[in-house]
Amino acid sequence: MSMAVQPDMAASPAAIRPAAPVLAAVPSGPPPVATVRRQPSPRSYHFKPWNVGRALIWSLFAVTLLVVPLLWTTSFAQTMLCQMGIGIIACLAYNILLGQGGMLSFGHAVYSGLGGFVAIHALNAVSAGSLHLPVSLVPIAGGLGGLFFAALLGYVTTKKSGTTFAMITLGLGELVWSMSLMLPEFFGGEGGVSGNRVVGEKVFGISFGPQIQLYYLIAVYCFVCTGLMFALTRTPLGRMLNAVRDNPERVEFIGYSTQRVRYLAFMISGFFAGIAGGLSALNTEIVNAEVVGAARSGSYLLFVFLGGATFFFGPIIGAVLMVVALVLLSELTQAWLLYLGLVFMFMVMFAPGGVAGLIMMNLRVAAHGKLGRLWTGYLALAGTAATVLLAAAVCIEMVYHLRLNEALGPQMNFLGVTLDAKGLDAWCGAALLLLTGAGLFEVSRRHFAQQWGEAQEEIEREMKRREAL
Amino acid sequence: MDQILINLLNGFSSGLLLFMLSSGLTLIFSMMGVLNFAHASFYMLGAYVAYSLSNWLGFTAALVLAPLIVGGLGALFERTALRRAHKFGHVPELLITFGLSYVVLEVVQLIWGRTPVPAVPPAWLQSSAFTVVQSAQHGLSIVAGVAPPEMCQSAGEAAASCSRFPMTRAFMMLVSLGMLLALWLLLTRTRIGLVIQAALTHPEMAEALGHNVPRVLMLVFGSGCALAALAGVIGGVTFVTEPAMAAVVGSIIFVVVVVGGMGSLAGAFVGSIVIGLLQTLPLTVDASLADLFNRFGASVHEGSRGWPLLRITLAQAAPILPYLLLVLILIFRPKGLMGTREE
Repeated sequence: MSMAVQPDMAASPAAIRPAAPVLAAVPSGPPPVATVRRQPSPRSYHFKPWNVGRALIWSLFAVTLLVVPLLWTTSFAQTMLCQMGIGIIACLAYNILLGQGGMLSFGHAVYSGLGGFVAIHALNAVSAGSLHLPVSLVPIAGGLGGLFFAALLGYVTTKKSGTTFAMITLGLGELVWSMSLMLPEFFGGEGGVSGNRVVGEKVFGISFGPQIQLYYLIAVYCFVCTGLMFALTRTPLGRMLNAVRDNPERVEFIGYSTQRVRYLAFMISGFFAGIAGGLSALNTEIVNAEVVGAARSGSYLLFVFLGGATFFFGPIIGAVLMVVALVLLSELTQAWLLYLGLVFMFMVMFAPGGVAGLIMMNLRVAAHGKLGRLWTGYLALAGTAATVLLAAAVCIEMVYHLRLNEALGPQMNFLGVTLDAKGLDAWCGAALLLLTGAGLFEVSRRHFAQQWGEAQEEIEREMKRREAL
Repeated sequence: MDQILINLLNGFSSGLLLFMLSSGLTLIFSMMGVLNFAHASFYMLGAYVAYSLSNWLGFTAALVLAPLIVGGLGALFERTALRRAHKFGHVPELLITFGLSYVVLEVVQLIWGRTPVPAVPPAWLQSSAFTVVQSAQHGLSIVAGVAPPEMCQSAGEAAASCSRFPMTRAFMMLVSLGMLLALWLLLTRTRIGLVIQAALTHPEMAEALGHNVPRVLMLVFGSGCALAALAGVIGGVTFVTEPAMAAVVGSIIFVVVVVGGMGSLAGAFVGSIVIGLLQTLPLTVDASLADLFNRFGASVHEGSRGWPLLRITLAQAAPILPYLLLVLILIFRPKGLMGTREE
């Protein structure tokens, strides 16, 4: 079976797609690109205007990376920002597979994790004096480690695509995870491998001792890796990868090996994942077997999808969400995995483009100046949805409280309000709120769907009209 | 000898339990093209529901009711969530079952707690099915139930060693084989089976003839989940009923399905048995590659090259053997043992 990949893209209007993977859509005609490639004569003039929007977005990205730690200066914020930078690289690397190649991997933590182990061993070798490598390049060692293992394991994995690919990655993830308990020499057993990142000579007075210095190292890596991965989407390989995702059969027809394209993409993804793992090793100075575990792989998948796999910048949103959820949400509530799972399921059902997809859909509406008409609908939706969420959260939290904190008595604190988890009035109130909210939400949803549909129709008509001009 | 026999039987019973799981998975996959990532979650759900029901109604009722309840839940999930994701393609379908596995795990922990629940088999399953008696004088013999103690004396004239085979495992084999037979008869000999087969190969034509194909798919999904729950009822009392039980079998059944060949029921059977044996038999072999080399005259000892790898005994390596088999199968026979479709 072929996995008709990311058909949500087809469902979403074509105009909002960032890069139309045209290769697969070429009906016939030119034989493989490699044979007849027109050499542009050096004299001929190409009109190539500066892509102002793109330059602006990239500078904005760089400035954000630079400025954010100056705004949030607490050590907690810096730790979180470091994790976000690492998460962005890891999620973007994962999205080379999921979003761009249509390969659903359940075991990508293997490559970031093994990269982390290689990096920490390299760091320890630097400490021992047997390896001369500046600390700032240790993540590259991690990346090479990730590349090596991706080349090794990816050869088997990428033999298949689609569902079988997903299962094999799951199996290999389990394999590496079990191996990690069997080979304490490399994986450090239960305790993991620890290192010390303050080694070697200071370069320009940078020792990477303070967290802020490491943050800027991560920021540099994050920016460069993001740039490289974006550049990959513009190369022939990146376009072939999209073609393999959209129509593998046709790619085979025009003479490419889908397996080789997948393999190359897999290795590149493994490399970047390894860099993320290496940075993570520098950040925490300890790597244990958890980093290759299924939970980590699962969270890559969850959050890349939540962020939006169909857009290049989706995983960046996903990585930020991932750190926020793993650090903040898990502090806030015990039920966070339940919320996460439910949000994920609803996202798959109703917004398969993820957060990035929602943003782009609204940007398109805004670009046609129709957002003004919709904002009342949005307000109604947000209000009723917040009511439903609040009521549902109260119910879930009360159940959790009754189950897990029985010793503390039925009184519990929810958003500053003391609730009696065994009291009838709390339950009745929550249920009433839930039902009312759900009813109102459905009403406003229908209203909004109608408005939204009208706006979309008008936009489609407008675009047809412009095309005809 | 008696130990080997018992181990073989243990391996077979584990394999048959795996088959109960992988058959449902295969059925759903071959019908709908959906890889149900949450299949092992339904297995776990079956075990927990049966635990609650058997406290209330007894084990026999739980054995019947728990699969029905869980199958109903599976059908409900198909109707409300999976069908909605279906129009987006196979990746979202897989993803939504992936999300479901998180939700089910959390809900199970919410209802039954994070620690294992004391699910004990009923009295009639607690004894031994039979005892294998290895006697120096009389050779190998099998005694139904527990062998009398005088047969198992470790010293004296009639010294013999006895190995018992637990009733739960025998029951597991019985149910699994019965299910295999019932499934085969249902699919090949009944009208509903024919409709299912038709919906599998020619969905449009089956629909044109007036069959409600979406409902057939919903039933298939529900039945697959019910099979998983049936396995869960038995697995729950044989092993431990705990929130981690889904993760333990989850990845193994995917290995089974790939090794056996995607979408092939016969492949799932062969794969299950092979993996079951592969998980069980090596556990008793306490020898490593180093021992093997040393037996053939090499001198491998601590400090020689590759010692960390060579030192690992087969018993220690048992958890990774199924995955190694997966890799080998993919290299040498990518379509799986009984697979027919080449992707």
